[in-house]
Amino acid sequence: MFPPQFGYRRAGSVAEAVDLLAEFSDRDVRVLAGGHGLLPDLKAGREAPDVLVDIGGIDDLRYVEAGDGAVAVGALTTYADAVESEALWSRATAFAEAVSRVGDVQIRNRGTVGGNLAQADPSADPPAAALASEATLVARGPDGVREVDAAKFFAGGGGTALRDGEILTEVRLPTADGAEKREAAVGGAYVKKTHPASGYALVGVAAVVTVEDGRVTDARVAVDGVTDPPRRLAPVESALEGESADADSVDSAADRAAEGVDPEAAVSDAYASGAYRVEVLSVHVRRALETALDRATGAAATPTGPPHRSAAADGGDRR
Amino acid sequence: MYEHDITLTVNGATEELTVESRTLLVHALRDGLDYTGPNVGCESGKCGVCTVHLDGEAVKSCTLLAVQADGGEVTTVEGLAGEKGGTAGVDDPADALHPIQRAFHEEHGLQCGYCTPGMVMTAAQVLEENPDPSREAIRASLKGNICRCTGYHNVVNAVESAADSLRNLDAPTGGR
Repeated sequence: MFPPQFGYRRAGSVAEAVDLLAEFSDRDVRVLAGGHGLLPDLKAGREAPDVLVDIGGIDDLRYVEAGDGAVAVGALTTYADAVESEALWSRATAFAEAVSRVGDVQIRNRGTVGGNLAQADPSADPPAAALASEATLVARGPDGVREVDAAKFFAGGGGTALRDGEILTEVRLPTADGAEKREAAVGGAYVKKTHPASGYALVGVAAVVTVEDGRVTDARVAVDGVTDPPRRLAPVESALEGESADADSVDSAADRAAEGVDPEAAVSDAYASGAYRVEVLSVHVRRALETALDRATGAAATPTGPPHRSAAADGGDRR
Repeated sequence: MYEHDITLTVNGATEELTVESRTLLVHALRDGLDYTGPNVGCESGKCGVCTVHLDGEAVKSCTLLAVQADGGEVTTVEGLAGEKGGTAGVDDPADALHPIQRAFHEEHGLQCGYCTPGMVMTAAQVLEENPDPSREAIRASLKGNICRCTGYHNVVNAVESAADSLRNLDAPTGGR
């Protein structure tokens, strides 16, 4: 399968990329990062742009920086590079775990965190984690830099809040700062039932919880693979907040996972219907919350990342 | 904008070629440069038969434009035997097999062989990073390489056996 003809221009810097997007603004122009979302679309004929602007060589956008109150991940950081960051695991555990569950060794070597978010596939792993982390997505365009809350970024059907001429440059994951005690009381997790053919999520759930004095003071839960776009599960969150941090509270909250999720509108394919995905949602919500709570309370250690780049964090389906 | 002159270093040799924007790396290697080790299978980035190393990492060369790899160093399965341990005990370099290739042969880790170059190239990165992986770790690391003949049992045996061979290569020889 050869993609249809298209023009190709390589950008050496973010500024040059923005200029190139402006230069081709009257054409169907697409941004190429790692290409692991876009190239399969081109080969299958789902996309046929006139011009690709390749930003994959902009090394300035490859970094994981742990700063005050946030961990920032450059948009062109590969999945493999991102999961080597201990700071990402310790401070944005749900996001790190979601990134570690993308694809396979070869895909994680090449695909990028920002490319994944910009592609906005409803069954991709990082978007739910970005939502549960209350991430900020940073875009740069002809009018300068703009910040978008993850909650307002994913529009459904692969659409995002990115405007024509803008590129995504960074995802910023807010983390509890200050006293070590408070950091230790936050736990995150991402659990996934992998689609056996595509490798995307049939159901993916990201959870971030804060526990103080044995009570859940903050709970954020988001799902991918089920709704388009991925979304937070407000009934679960409100059912858990204020409750004691134990299995009964988690069970009661997880029971509400399907509230407001319409099986008719859910993601559906020949392998798994929307109704099936909604049916198995609550058990995955329960698992994500259990793990996040265990990590928050110290009952389970927060992972520090895979032992090496090609080690796949792929055991989650066999429980 | 539709044609590009690119330079690739393939198995140590500098190759200059002209490619269309849409030319995939796997086609540049196979059709342009006659490296037919990387195969074309699923075409959707899932099966891994096209796996090569780009700048030292396993990548799927069907999910990469040739022009994206401009300036990069590519290793295909044809170049693997020239690396560590490939020529051990071999008189004719043409008979050289990398220890991973030899292990696939000895453990019968293939049937039709179509997926083997990709399996070998992924295993090469995995064993470079983790010289003593568990069987479960081997299976997980080969998630992106699909075999439609044998199942994976002998493939895992082969990678495990190759890990032993490579560790022995690295082990001190005891002064002999």
